[in-house]
Amino acid sequence: MEVIFLLIGVSLVLAGSFLYLFFKAVKSGQFEDDYTPSVRILFDNHKKTSKHQPIKPKSNE
Amino acid sequence: MPNTINTEKTKCYHCGETCENDALAIDDKIFCCQGCKLVYEVLSENDMCTYYDLGAHPGESQKEKSSRSNRFDYLKDPETAKKLLDFQNETESHVTFYIPLIHCASCIWLLENLYQIHPGITFSRVDFIKKKVQIKFQHQKISLQELVSLLSTIGYEPKISLSNLDKKAQSSSVDRRTVKRLAVAGFCFGNMMLFSVPEYFSEVELIAENFRGLFNYLNVLLAIPVVTYAASDYYISAWNSVKQRRINMDVPIVLGIATLFVYSLWEIFAHGNAGYMDSLGGLLFFLLLGKIYQQKTFSALEFDRDYKSYFPIAVTKLVQNQEEVIPLTKLEVGDVILVRDEELIPADSLLLSDTAHIDYSFVTGEEVPVPKRKGELIYAGGRQKGEPILLTIQKSPSQGYLTDLWNNESFEKSKDKLLEPLSNKVSGIFTWTVLSIALIAFLFWLPTDLSFAIKVLASVLIVACPCALAMSTPFTLGNTLRIFGRDKFYLKNASVVERLALVDTVVFDKTGTLTDPARAQIKFYGESLSEETKAILKSMVSRSTHPLSNRINGWLGNITGKKLSFIQEEKGKGIKGIYLGQEIRLGSASFCAIKNPVSHREGNLVYLSISGVELGYFHILSGLRAKAPEVISSLEQSYELHLLSGDHAHELNSLKQNLGKSIYYHFQQNPIEKLTYLQSLNEDGKRTLMIGDGLNDAGALQESEVGIAISDRVSHFSPASDAILDASSFSKIPKYLDFAKKSRNIIKASFGLSFLYNVVGISLAVQGILSPVICAVLMPLSSISVVVFTTLSTNALAWKMGLIQSKTEK
Repeated sequence: MEVIFLLIGVSLVLAGSFLYLFFKAVKSGQFEDDYTPSVRILFDNHKKTSKHQPIKPKSNE
Repeated sequence: MPNTINTEKTKCYHCGETCENDALAIDDKIFCCQGCKLVYEVLSENDMCTYYDLGAHPGESQKEKSSRSNRFDYLKDPETAKKLLDFQNETESHVTFYIPLIHCASCIWLLENLYQIHPGITFSRVDFIKKKVQIKFQHQKISLQELVSLLSTIGYEPKISLSNLDKKAQSSSVDRRTVKRLAVAGFCFGNMMLFSVPEYFSEVELIAENFRGLFNYLNVLLAIPVVTYAASDYYISAWNSVKQRRINMDVPIVLGIATLFVYSLWEIFAHGNAGYMDSLGGLLFFLLLGKIYQQKTFSALEFDRDYKSYFPIAVTKLVQNQEEVIPLTKLEVGDVILVRDEELIPADSLLLSDTAHIDYSFVTGEEVPVPKRKGELIYAGGRQKGEPILLTIQKSPSQGYLTDLWNNESFEKSKDKLLEPLSNKVSGIFTWTVLSIALIAFLFWLPTDLSFAIKVLASVLIVACPCALAMSTPFTLGNTLRIFGRDKFYLKNASVVERLALVDTVVFDKTGTLTDPARAQIKFYGESLSEETKAILKSMVSRSTHPLSNRINGWLGNITGKKLSFIQEEKGKGIKGIYLGQEIRLGSASFCAIKNPVSHREGNLVYLSISGVELGYFHILSGLRAKAPEVISSLEQSYELHLLSGDHAHELNSLKQNLGKSIYYHFQQNPIEKLTYLQSLNEDGKRTLMIGDGLNDAGALQESEVGIAISDRVSHFSPASDAILDASSFSKIPKYLDFAKKSRNIIKASFGLSFLYNVVGISLAVQGILSPVICAVLMPLSSISVVVFTTLSTNALAWKMGLIQSKTEK
């Protein structure tokens, strides 16, 4: 039964780290804008070649 | 018939507007104007045409945009720039811009990829709902002025107004502190419940006895953050209220928390029994949950705007015929300023140019421009339409006819204190009753057994903790707020619902509130118009953005326009066009060279002439808003109605005819008079509701107990108010008032319900048979059932009243 002491410790640490992560998420503003990320995730990664324009040498990218 | 060419081909690639004859082409794409083409060129140069792949015609027309190069010069002023920045160190600056044009996925994409256009921009992030973009940039590589110019070049000009200079109190949509407290309470509550399981099943002997002690101590450990951190707001609020010799809802809550904690400590350490720590955690968890639920905010809207949100941050000053762009704060009386087309007049001033056409729609709600002559005084807040004008400043921007309103003391006080919430009234009675029951029970048991008497005393205080009572208000009001919000009636906070329920006097503004510019009454006097003439007029008026053109356009209906060889609008005067060699003029009497102009007492006149011959004129009267008479007639039975208008009284008779005689009409009210009128109503003990729309109502909206700003585009413009109503929901005002009243009754009913639980709990407690298990069951049960009751009953009521049509609609 002594294993329970260990389990209690583990469970508290685990739950505590979740709490910490939640705090971090709140601080980062994750719960404040709940719309834009849903659009942002649909953007493709930028392709250098686009059908509109031939490739140009770029220095600033 | 003309105009049947494939429309997609003639649409501007950037903004999607139909291109006229003067379309510009580049890379097989058509653009309606230089501005649109320029944006495309910048983007294609930087290989960013993904912008156009994300949505068809994502841009905004650049036709109307002013292209003066010096208009952002004021940003060179280090003082102004510093006030606009959120943050600055040696290398990096952060700034947040409000960009009203943000409207689609392409906008987000482009604004978040700014770093590809300019290497000085390191980061940009869009908040779509608030239409804001946060930009981090290296100010050695790109200055603030260059950044704003860049944004303007790609079609996303930030709106920088005078209010940006005030250090903004960052209002976040979620109260971060309360969320953190809730998280802590939830964490502790969950774990405490686990450690209390052996206690719940103490009869069964699930786990060996030796764990009980440990579990109890762990509960104490977990309760400490709950008591010291999660509950701290309640102590402050309760202390403040006791200091003022009042008892608000937080006083019995703190009493309950204290008893729970101290008594549990005593039980655990002195007797080795289980305490009530899990109930304590649950109590805080539910209370904070209710608090957050109540804080529903509409982040796209702002309720605290004053004139500064609309006034420009900079003006063009003339010094020895040299233009100089200076911050508005540096403007002085006597300065000569230049105001261009579509620019706002920032201070009361005298007109130096011959004529001006001023649109006062911000101020009064009337959007038809008013003509002004040389030497006339022009009040701040008007917008020039047409040629640039010169003005001399008469008063400083903050002391004008309109802006002086904000110096009134009404703007100092907070409205939340106006009405004692229902819950506070109840909590006073509640607290004293519970205390006296506890004392009587204590005295009753005292002769028999002291320790038992203490147990009874503590039990009563614990079980009577007003968890359910405290939750009924936030959940009812929070849900009412959401129901209103779904129906496009946005309240500033939950306390507005309670104030709305008690209103007995309704005051309306006339222009823009009871009248609706879009529902103008138009009559044409003169020769009857042929279909051909109508078609010609249609293409003329659809080229113009003048409000009267829009109204005539609406009157002409859905007909196809004729193709004219030439159309030109002279701002503030009229439109001329050439059709089959004949010159057609539509506009003011002088523009059409009318010899004997008619005069009407009210409304606006638009003349029509062909080749110098008068055909007749349009008489345009502002019409009443849809269903306005119905709203008035359903309100007049239970409310006292007033109407305040800045106009002359000439419409009185027609208004009386349409709206009835039970209204008190007041005309020619200036902004300050509107405010004092509301003040006098309040002094008579009336509970006032003001419904207005322009900045001239701002004082009255502030002074009234509830101020509702009505707006056609809620996120665009509204004076400071307690609530913003979308104009399309205007006809529902009586329903909203009724619903607010009924939700107050629901609060009362749920108070009854929670009293019932307290009777059961207290009757157990006075007999001394309350145990931690009973407490752990009773407390969540009462809270949850109250929440379920209030939510279900408000929803059912809203559904019955037709306020909820479909649940998915937002």
